[in-house]
Amino acid sequence: MATGRPETQAMRHNHDDGLLLIACGALARELVDIQRQFPPGTVEITCLPASWHNHPERIVPGLRRKVGAAQRAGRNIAVVYGDCGTGGELDAYLESVDVPRIPGPHCYEMFLGKQTFDDEMEAEVGTFFLTDYMVRHFERIVMQGMGLRKHPQLRDMYFGNYTRALYIAQRDDSALRQKAESAAVELGLAFEYKFSGYGAFQTFLADAVSSTGSPRLADT
Amino acid sequence: MADDEEIILADLDDDELVQQMHDDLYDGLQEEIVEGVEILLARGWTPYEVLTNALVEGMTIVGIDFRDGILFVPEVLMAANAMKAGMGLLRPLLAETGAPRVGTMVIGTVKGDIHDIGKNLVSMMLEGAGFDVIDLGINNPVENYLEALEEHKPDILGMSALLTTTMPYMKVVIDALIEKGIRDDYIVLVGGAPLNEAFADSVGADAYCRDAAVAVETAKEMIAARREKAQAAG
Repeated sequence: MATGRPETQAMRHNHDDGLLLIACGALARELVDIQRQFPPGTVEITCLPASWHNHPERIVPGLRRKVGAAQRAGRNIAVVYGDCGTGGELDAYLESVDVPRIPGPHCYEMFLGKQTFDDEMEAEVGTFFLTDYMVRHFERIVMQGMGLRKHPQLRDMYFGNYTRALYIAQRDDSALRQKAESAAVELGLAFEYKFSGYGAFQTFLADAVSSTGSPRLADT
Repeated sequence: MADDEEIILADLDDDELVQQMHDDLYDGLQEEIVEGVEILLARGWTPYEVLTNALVEGMTIVGIDFRDGILFVPEVLMAANAMKAGMGLLRPLLAETGAPRVGTMVIGTVKGDIHDIGKNLVSMMLEGAGFDVIDLGINNPVENYLEALEEHKPDILGMSALLTTTMPYMKVVIDALIEKGIRDDYIVLVGGAPLNEAFADSVGADAYCRDAAVAVETAKEMIAARREKAQAAG
């Protein structure tokens, strides 16, 4: 049955010996972009809902279902998630089933690298990070999701201890940058910009692909 | 009564007014809560009675519905703001008239972490439950905790963290207490979104409190148990 949904290259050329990447939906766009750098069928991506960040208790059970099904099908799997509020449960589960995860506690550090992230936090502990995903969905996630449109007086309860919004950009996109700046204004924070690119995601995918024996990025 | 009919708080009898205040807290109506507090005080209620029957009981309902997924964070914060406004009126009066004191707690968010919404809710609910609360605020290094413990000699030390990266600092603080030989002088409670009971055990805390209501109950129970034990020991 046709669903009308566009298929990615990997879906069309789904090789069971390729890498299955199970990821947070908040990273889908970036991962699909990296996926396109590999030959078709090398990487297949399946995502869990980004909205589960607000329900971290759903993440490990959701992963369990995806990983279980993929392992039964004999797939090579890697997981792209931070701890994401699971209190270490995510890593404990993945360790128990011997599935690798991208290193790092959260995507800000994965984009920036540990040293740069630590330096930024050292420079200003009151840093509110924005990523491309956050900027694109700022209205829905922050303004609506945190109830700020309905109760603007809550802004200072949420953000009163922050001093700056640091937009770590995955793409050099002037429209997104402008949107990020507006977001900082809405939150009453100073705005700063830093281009990160895809950071650790790029290298993790390349390493994970090479461990499956599929063609490396450099071989293509 | 039609939904849009205006309710005159002063026209309600005591029971109706307290019920209405529970509803107003639930809806986060700050001005109405302040007005309700003033009316009850004017009718001769003690500040402690207003605090426990109108505010704390109302906020407990909010906490239960939050836990059950009926209310969400923004609504809880609006309710907390309303309660805070009521507490602002009652606090000086409570100090003047006295109220049963349950114990003392030093609480703060750990170093590297600036999140304080949960901590502030816990502080407010503990205060409402009769605790003296010394709130150290955010981004506290171990020295801040040690100084406050030395100065205030509390029954409880509370630590909060929202980040996976900052929660391990709780162990730094607890290890410092052990090193100084004062760990057992205090009940140590920890809380924050990424924490769980296993984490609390692993860092050597006495308990993990998943929300403000649990924090109040745990604090009361542990203080009572500790006092019983002390009495039994003679």
